[in-house]
Amino acid sequence: MSAALETPAARPFMAAQGAAVLVILAIACLLVPAYASAWTIEAILLPFLAFSLAGLGLNLLTGYAGQVSLGSAAFMAVGAYAAYNFQLRLDLPLPLTFLFAALTAAAVGVIFGLPSLRLKGFYLAVSTLAAQFFIQWLFNKFGWFSNYSPSGVISAPVLGFAGITFDTRESRYLLALSVVVVITFLVHRFVNGPARINLIAVRDNETAARVIGVPVLRTKLTAFALSSAIIGIAGVLWSFTYLRTIEPEGFNLDRSFQILFIAIIGGLATVRGAFLGAGLIVVFPLLLSRGSAWILDGGLDAGTVQLTQRIILGATIIIFLILEPNGLSAILDRITARTRSLFAKITRGRA
Amino acid sequence: MSFFRRLAPALLAATILTGSFSTARADEQFFPLQSYRVGPYAAGGTGFFGGFIDYLTLINDRDGGVNGVKLTWAEGETEYEVEKGVEVYQRLKSTPGIAAWNPLSVGIAYAMIDGVTEDRVPLLTVNHGRTDTTDGRVFPYVFPLLLNPYSESSGIVNYIASKEGGAEGLKGKKIVVLYHGSPYGKETIPIYELLAEKFGFELVQIEVPHPGSEQQAQWLQIRRERPDYVVLRGWGVMNPVALTTAQRNGFPVDRIIGNVWSNSEEDALPAGDAAIGYTAITTQASGQEYPVLKEIISGVYDQGKGNLADKNRIGSVYHNLGIVNGILNVEAIRIAQAKFGNRTLTGDEVRWGFEHLQLSPERVKELGAEGLFHSINVTWDNHEGEGYVTFQQWDGKKWNVVSDWIAPDWALLRPIIEASSEAYAREKGIAIRTAADVDTVIGPN
Repeated sequence: MSAALETPAARPFMAAQGAAVLVILAIACLLVPAYASAWTIEAILLPFLAFSLAGLGLNLLTGYAGQVSLGSAAFMAVGAYAAYNFQLRLDLPLPLTFLFAALTAAAVGVIFGLPSLRLKGFYLAVSTLAAQFFIQWLFNKFGWFSNYSPSGVISAPVLGFAGITFDTRESRYLLALSVVVVITFLVHRFVNGPARINLIAVRDNETAARVIGVPVLRTKLTAFALSSAIIGIAGVLWSFTYLRTIEPEGFNLDRSFQILFIAIIGGLATVRGAFLGAGLIVVFPLLLSRGSAWILDGGLDAGTVQLTQRIILGATIIIFLILEPNGLSAILDRITARTRSLFAKITRGRA
Repeated sequence: MSFFRRLAPALLAATILTGSFSTARADEQFFPLQSYRVGPYAAGGTGFFGGFIDYLTLINDRDGGVNGVKLTWAEGETEYEVEKGVEVYQRLKSTPGIAAWNPLSVGIAYAMIDGVTEDRVPLLTVNHGRTDTTDGRVFPYVFPLLLNPYSESSGIVNYIASKEGGAEGLKGKKIVVLYHGSPYGKETIPIYELLAEKFGFELVQIEVPHPGSEQQAQWLQIRRERPDYVVLRGWGVMNPVALTTAQRNGFPVDRIIGNVWSNSEEDALPAGDAAIGYTAITTQASGQEYPVLKEIISGVYDQGKGNLADKNRIGSVYHNLGIVNGILNVEAIRIAQAKFGNRTLTGDEVRWGFEHLQLSPERVKELGAEGLFHSINVTWDNHEGEGYVTFQQWDGKKWNVVSDWIAPDWALLRPIIEASSEAYAREKGIAIRTAADVDTVIGPN
């Protein structure tokens, strides 16, 4: 792989990849707010952004550091409730709200990451389930977290900072987009920096990593903290920019599984995998539902249509995983490799 | 693979056509339905939306619509999940001629309050919802019609009082409230405390963690407490389990009073013998003997147009709730049409209709629903509309009405509701409406 990157044709290709990211960003920042319909932004892009970020956070923990977690939804809830309470009680400016929500989620993540020092694999997965159940119970049990709202459901306050209020659809979208872009960039830097070796060493062989002097304890807890912080922010985006309501039941075990599937299907230990996975898990069912509604147009019972969609989604996931166990990201890699060899052939032909 | 190839252009088209796929013409009024026909709460969803659709079908086929305006609808499956409900809301909200939203889910309704207020389209939460939306001064577009959770609690206590020979009889009695450990279940904790203080009964509230399929510990505690009555605020599987566990622990079933989400055939039937004698509150009686039900059977089901897959469920609690909900929606449109004209109304005009939705018992009789529900009296600042409740007892096969229509203690509840809604208005910076704002209606263009 690295040898391929050294070939002369690779450099313009890398530039092309960077340019592709910029083009996607430009479309997302400029064209989408101006031209996308309300449904596209509210029902597709906002949950897509929140889930991509959650998938990215979990990928850091599961994909790079090899620690399986089934408590992602709980950390989303911690982020959401922390942001709500910081806004309500301290009236913090928006960036600080995000920061403190992330720090709170990170702290909770470290606490629930402690068992990872003794537990591995399935055993760790089961112990992270404790986070899932405990945190949901906590927010349900103690009214303080939801400001004693009688039913425990909170409606999210309007976000605002420096005179700008993020109450319109487009502004909420742009806020979510900027947060996701900044964090994705930071994660990209982090996983391609010196920490990468430690993370992967811990993932691939913990004993060997310990022998060669990798600080296993610190690496694991850092992964838990960063991952939870990012998932916490995803929770803030989910509840403040997308649903605009917060309830404990919305962060149940199903949500944790959804995030785990995003990470696995998108491609473990890749940054873009989270976005591809979120596309498949979040956006594809919606398009399927729109498509089937359009094709059948009331011809079938709505419940039957819904169950059919689930079968199609499930089948698609299985087909994808059989064709490419390394996830959608690997499929994209193969496509780019093909394009690259084609590109190389053309340039060689010209020379 | 050819299936995918065929599906691909359709998907692409669907992506491009993110606009509306079901358009209301000039003389149509549209109901977007956030229904749930799969998932754990499908029994409630299929019954309620089935009844609602059956009534709309009846109005279209029998009367040619409401004064010539045809009723149309489209369904989007929510599985009772908030984000799916929000997606359906976003998908359908640009459809022209929307009359009102009826999500039948507290969570989805919460997520839509800001949106419908912006859109100026009514949001109905019949028999449930956020209690303080009763205050129309703060929530102009939200209507917890017939019965909010506080009125429900008050109605249950008034019923127990009537069995004990009046309010005095409650003094020194002991009541256990067994509630579902969810936002819905907890909503009434403060109101039962208030009622206990007012009537002087002893109160113990016990939580059953979701989903409630194991209740031995709770019923052992109930056995120790020796209460006179147990109020069951359940949901789904918790209800039959409560009844069977009560039987095992020797608690008499006729001393258990179910709330409005513990009152269906689907709650009692699975408990078998343990449910015989169980009593539950309802705003609408079950059964098929009401004229409107007979018309639905002959005009809709006999024509093969019925919505319920299982005809045995015609006249069940959820089905009849859907029919009552249909009556309330249709009559609000009719009342608004009398003011604004017999045409497609805007959401704001339908809001005006709901704020004048006053159906006397005589009018209810004209609609063929005498005995099905009592009456409703919605005003601009009371969005619940003073619904009456009745109590029904399970005989092992069906529910039988065992009480008169009972009025909850609205005057007692109103100050608590206003305190809560005013706090919400302060938090959100909402100006409190006055009677003068009611007639400011946004018409077509």
